[in-house]
Amino acid sequence: MMISPYPVATIFGVLIVALTIAAGLIWLERRLLALWQDRYGPNRVGPFGLFQVMADMIKIFFKEDWIPPFADKTIFVIAPAIIMVTVLMSFAVLPIAPGIVVSDLNVGVLFILAMSSLGVYSVALAGWSSDNKYSLLGALRAAAQMLSYEVFMGLSIMGVVLLAGSFNLVQIIDAQRGLWFVIPQFLGFVLFLIAGVAETRRLPFDLPEAESELVAGFHSEYSGMKFGMFFVGEYLGITLISSLIAILFLGGWLGPILPPIVWFLLKTFLLICFFILLRASLPRPRFDQLMTWGWKVMLPLAVANLLVTGAIVVATAQGRSF
Amino acid sequence: MPTTYAETYFPLLIQILIALAVAGGMIGASAFVGRKIKDRVKNSPYESGMEPVGNARERYSVKFYLVAMVFILFDIEAIFLYPWAVVYRELRLFGFFEMLLFIALVLCGFFYIWKKGVLDWSTEAHGEREQENKRVA
Repeated sequence: MMISPYPVATIFGVLIVALTIAAGLIWLERRLLALWQDRYGPNRVGPFGLFQVMADMIKIFFKEDWIPPFADKTIFVIAPAIIMVTVLMSFAVLPIAPGIVVSDLNVGVLFILAMSSLGVYSVALAGWSSDNKYSLLGALRAAAQMLSYEVFMGLSIMGVVLLAGSFNLVQIIDAQRGLWFVIPQFLGFVLFLIAGVAETRRLPFDLPEAESELVAGFHSEYSGMKFGMFFVGEYLGITLISSLIAILFLGGWLGPILPPIVWFLLKTFLLICFFILLRASLPRPRFDQLMTWGWKVMLPLAVANLLVTGAIVVATAQGRSF
Repeated sequence: MPTTYAETYFPLLIQILIALAVAGGMIGASAFVGRKIKDRVKNSPYESGMEPVGNARERYSVKFYLVAMVFILFDIEAIFLYPWAVVYRELRLFGFFEMLLFIALVLCGFFYIWKKGVLDWSTEAHGEREQENKRVA
């Protein structure tokens, strides 16, 4: 079997870009929030405060790497690594431009869903191993929330899979040449967006780490780079969900004039900004409201969306217009 | 376009090795360069600055177990739907009605747990339902 060096170069490229974007988001988020709240944000270190990222990174590395004596030490150390590895693995199946994909899996969508399910272990184990009541509550909330929204996330993609007839992300993009799936699958798009916010535990669905009631939730006892890994993991998660929305609903790299990779990055960037705008503008619901909303509204809507899409596909089976 | 399983999955193997190295490197570097200070007060769980009461190995709400059970049911339902969605165009009308039947059966269970109050998280809703049940009985 011949193994070309090509995938290794792509892997490094994808991982470096993903980690750079995630680190840059720390700065971007603070600047954008400041912009929308009518203040400056970090603007002292380097041009536009851009070197703030470096300063933060150096600071967090040199912070005391504290492992609580009362914690379950092995699990405590492994937990933040799990979220980093699972999110970084998900980037392997994302097609960034024609031909630029680490592994063109024919079950790409399933792979990403599987990896995001594994991510639940990270927060659940982190909270449980900390042996702190706030952490435990945060972890339980996170597990319940992520598991529930996982179901709706999977169901809301099914409409796209029906239309494209494949789990392969490259083929899903190719199927959108005529029309981006955001138009025939608008409901699915909205459901996936909501589920994506819940899955990455971002505001307004950041109940697992709601600081006004749970201090910092599942990572209350974490410090130094282990805390930083949850942080970077969250930003990687936003990047992943944004690129996934761009691929599944907004045609991925498709677009006129500009080169494909620019289109892909542009769409992803706008979605990331939208995620930050959500944080700037929405209040946090109560936990029971979040769960009730998921099971009583999202689930029926996702099933209805799937059935209606199925009916339309059957009705227009000859034309293959989508 | 890779054709064999090895060609498709080998990059994933490399990717997981690199991801593990990145995560391990971050934990290792931080443990290596971070300073360490021993402190008795710091070595107790954070409970808003108060003396910790007991430990966190306590019982918690049974609702979390219910969510776990409901999740398994509906995730299995979703897993049945995945392969169906891929081969849907070949199945045509047959596939549509088969799945309509399947979803109808699942929805029966869904409305049962809905009526039983599994999906109600706030205790007030539970209390109301119990009173209602008593009144009906």
